[in-house]
Amino acid sequence: MSNKSLESFYKYIPLLKELVLRDLRIKYRRSFFGYLWSLMNPLMMMCILTIVFSQVFRFDIPNYSLYLIIGQVVFNFVSESTTSAMYSIVGNAALLKKVYVPKLIFPLSRVLSSFVTMLFSMVAIFIVMLITDVSITKKLLLLPIPLCFLLVFSLGVSLIVSAIAVYFRDMFHLYSVFTTAWSFLTPIFYPINIVPVEFKQMLLLNPLYYILLYFREIILEGAIPGFELTALCITISVLSLIIGLIIFKKLQNNFLMYI
Amino acid sequence: MVCISIKSVSMEFNLAEEQFSGIKDFLILATKGKLRFNKFHALKNISLNIQKGESWALIGENGCGKSTLLKVISGIYKPTSGSVIVKGSIAPLIELGAGFDSELTARENIYLNGAVLGYSKRLMDKYFNNIVEFAEIKDFLDVPIKNFSSGMVARLGFSIATAIKADIIIIDEILAVGDYAFQQKCYKRMEEMKREGTTVIFVSHDEEQVKKMCSKAVWIASGEIKAMGESKKVCDLYRQYIESK
Repeated sequence: MSNKSLESFYKYIPLLKELVLRDLRIKYRRSFFGYLWSLMNPLMMMCILTIVFSQVFRFDIPNYSLYLIIGQVVFNFVSESTTSAMYSIVGNAALLKKVYVPKLIFPLSRVLSSFVTMLFSMVAIFIVMLITDVSITKKLLLLPIPLCFLLVFSLGVSLIVSAIAVYFRDMFHLYSVFTTAWSFLTPIFYPINIVPVEFKQMLLLNPLYYILLYFREIILEGAIPGFELTALCITISVLSLIIGLIIFKKLQNNFLMYI
Repeated sequence: MVCISIKSVSMEFNLAEEQFSGIKDFLILATKGKLRFNKFHALKNISLNIQKGESWALIGENGCGKSTLLKVISGIYKPTSGSVIVKGSIAPLIELGAGFDSELTARENIYLNGAVLGYSKRLMDKYFNNIVEFAEIKDFLDVPIKNFSSGMVARLGFSIATAIKADIIIIDEILAVGDYAFQQKCYKRMEEMKREGTTVIFVSHDEEQVKKMCSKAVWIASGEIKAMGESKKVCDLYRQYIESK
């Protein structure tokens, strides 16, 4: 970003704050439990999936509930944030046509508001940890690291899909198919060792797999992730952001002609 | 001091843009080599210098490019060629309440809209009462905007956009909504701002209002400047042209 656009971006930080607050306010407005839903939703889903997969399919994973809920919270954040970011430019067409606002602010605000919601959902993970007697160690203080990876990675993907969706509206329909495929390619509810060798390669190409692994190593195994995994995660998230920024910057000048 | 300098600005639109809004269409058109569009020139080689503190009116028929020019000045559109240099902050009143979210209450919208214009929460706190008073919506502060009448929305939008002193104010035929009393109030506020040195750019079809508000005027016809200068003279030229048609 050039100096001038950084400066003008700074001016719009209050707007970013307002947009994030707006998303959060509207999301649970008039629902009785309000923000509690961010916590209850993953817990309830986890209960159902735990019953289905540990009783019916019998995956042999120690502490399956915790394994599952980590995968769910992480993946839900990625899919929710990128999907809502995808609609952000087209959805704010009316505003973009009437006032000058840095366009990047819209996908960014959607990702941030999903991120706040996910932080509530993290509480659900702690509840499961307490229930299942997993020891709470100091290593949990490492959690902000994978959270950063996740945020930066999702932001990069969001920038790409939001910019492309302006030109190709097919994205709206295609993307939900894509996220479904992606969710199966991510070991959310199955253990990685049941994957046949020929598919394992595909799994290893999924960048989200490594970030999820990072979370699980810290929470589930109480371990400090190794240097290699850390370096890989940094590369993945930074690369995603850089590619996102390049594509977004290149495409944004003509947004107004297409929305 | 020149406050807005517009140098040979042209703006082109692709009229046929609707033709591909999906991958399928894009591929079909691309393979047929039909991705060339009819270009529509909304603005052709416009040059204009506006001094600080001046008040300019843009006049012309519907679709002549007035609003496009306003949007180029406020940075919403990037001109296809040419350059626009603006010194100072702009309060764009291109459509009142553009940044409103109908689900949110008036109170929340005041802060949201302020942020859209680039004002911090602290600044909005300071002007909050002023805005509410001018818009006359004190009793409806915690009502979602979707329950407001269009006049109320317009009042609130105008009130927010003009509460904090900007260096340049851009007004696009927005005062048609709102009752007579409120219109008078708006004109009064704009006069005040003008006296305090705010540069005004005004689009209107109301000749009387233009002559009263603005000392200078530009007549735009199909994207080109037809005449510019004293607002009285330009308005007269424009009226003669309309009558002779």
